[in-house]
Amino acid sequence: MRTGHDLEFVHLTKRYGDTVAVNNLNHIIASGTYVCLLGPSGCGKSSTLRMIAGHESVSEGAILLDNVDISALPPAKRGTAMMFQNYALFPHLSVRDNVAFSLRMQGVDKPSRHARADELLALVHMSDYADRLPAQLSGGQQQRVALARALITKPKVLLLDEPLSALDPFLRIKMRAELKRLQRELGITFIHVTHGQDEALALADEVIVMNNAVIEQAGPPREVFNSPRTEFVARFMGGHNVITIDGAKAALRADDVQLGEAGRAATVTSVEYQGATVALTATTEQGEEVLAIVPEEDFYRTPKTPGEPVTLTWDERRVHRLQA
Amino acid sequence: MSRNVIGWLQAAPLAAVLGCFLAAPIVMIVIVSFWGATEYSIYPAFQFDNYEFLFGSAVTYKVFLATFKYAAITWALTLTIGFTVAYFLAFHVRSLQTQIALFLLCTIPFWTSNIIRMISWIPFLGRNGIANQTLIDWGLIDEPLEWLLYSDFSVILAFVHLYTLFMVVPIFNTMMRIDKNLLEAARDAGASGWQTVWHVVLPLTKPGIMIGTIFVVTLVMGDFITVRFMSGSQRANVGRLISNDIGLLQYPSAAATAVVLLLTVLMVIGILLRFVNIRKEL
Repeated sequence: MRTGHDLEFVHLTKRYGDTVAVNNLNHIIASGTYVCLLGPSGCGKSSTLRMIAGHESVSEGAILLDNVDISALPPAKRGTAMMFQNYALFPHLSVRDNVAFSLRMQGVDKPSRHARADELLALVHMSDYADRLPAQLSGGQQQRVALARALITKPKVLLLDEPLSALDPFLRIKMRAELKRLQRELGITFIHVTHGQDEALALADEVIVMNNAVIEQAGPPREVFNSPRTEFVARFMGGHNVITIDGAKAALRADDVQLGEAGRAATVTSVEYQGATVALTATTEQGEEVLAIVPEEDFYRTPKTPGEPVTLTWDERRVHRLQA
Repeated sequence: MSRNVIGWLQAAPLAAVLGCFLAAPIVMIVIVSFWGATEYSIYPAFQFDNYEFLFGSAVTYKVFLATFKYAAITWALTLTIGFTVAYFLAFHVRSLQTQIALFLLCTIPFWTSNIIRMISWIPFLGRNGIANQTLIDWGLIDEPLEWLLYSDFSVILAFVHLYTLFMVVPIFNTMMRIDKNLLEAARDAGASGWQTVWHVVLPLTKPGIMIGTIFVVTLVMGDFITVRFMSGSQRANVGRLISNDIGLLQYPSAAATAVVLLLTVLMVIGILLRFVNIRKEL
């Protein structure tokens, strides 16, 4: 739905010398959505984000926000704010001064900019740490400060460059819930670059999968996960098998594969216990590897070991044809 | 042997070197500064005559003031030039090779001795030197500028020429450790180029500036040869006061002046260290 506050890429291209980092992107991101730019390293997702932020020049095409071409504006005039991967907090400034930095640059007087900074610190639950220096904070706390600093300019679009990659797994899950909460409360667009598909699925209203400088597929997370358009997307999202059926590639969810009586014959190559489920890898007679994720209980009723023959079955309706 | 003894033995060589070549000479200077002197002899004593004379003479204050003036002006100029050069090298030169090449370029003057670098200014700045000739040829002046050589101008010019690198190196070193993302973060927050330099780069470069400052201030305050050559012996600083005393074999008086100079420099450094913690840079 077009509301007029959307972010739009028009033939967006980025070149570094002869290499094309971002190739002719055309996409519309509706205002107020949580978008995850997902892809392997070097796929162009970070370049795209940095072009939106204004830290990288646009080689060709345009970026429109509110129907205004922002691609030639300085970063602070775009209505975007960026949260850097390693947070980039100013080490010589207190937490409060870090958050108030952009207001200070605008010449806002000290009492009002500190009052505003305290409001934002309250929003990210960091009020008690306002007088500390960044070095005295943990990774998660630094991230909250970086968030508050980015939000103080009231951006329409918040850009997050792999915001969770520096955190340990436990904190990562906690912080991603926090990000989602903030996005819902503020109602602004979040564009979140990540290479973790679980992060993207958990957070995003829209997932944009990029590969080789182009968008492979974009859509709601369930759609992207359940009906991957290409082999790359199916493999990258994980949990899928890519098999050849009648000479065409098709995707099949690993949890749709069962061990049964009639079906394809295969040989078990590895068994991994994962708690609630067991991941069993088998090679079919055609030489294709198929991953089956079976419930723990079912597996241990008739346990298999590598080298044993098995029969794999699945519901043909669950097989999803790939376009490429 | 106990651990204790081994520890002392390990520390002994450095302690011996420092003791012989640093502590002992200073102790000797302090002792001699209390000795007495006549026109033709010096004799061991413990008297305050040298200090009384030093602090009672108007010349002392004038010369100390001149020394501070040289130090302050040289500091301001080397800091401005040093910061600018280091900033350019650290943030505007993208490739490491160019960075190293330009950095080595800065050190080329150091391939010759101090004295030669100083003296080479003389034919340039002299009354009929290149500078005056060029200015006359261009029609900018009618007669040679007298203040180019043998003046405060030439002294400070030589100081700046000799010591700017001592400012560039530590500042460049500190700047290289600044996370480049911070500059982007500042730009993202709407800071202009100058605002970024003033609010981000400068505060984070303070330790380097302080180390450079200590180098430049101590070098200028302890110098005597530059002032003598570049002022044609028409200007004085504390170093020259001491060197004159030594020339007249007035060792006790020279020692007393040296002690006062040493304490002054230590006080200046003490004050500087109050402002900035340089420990994390070392």
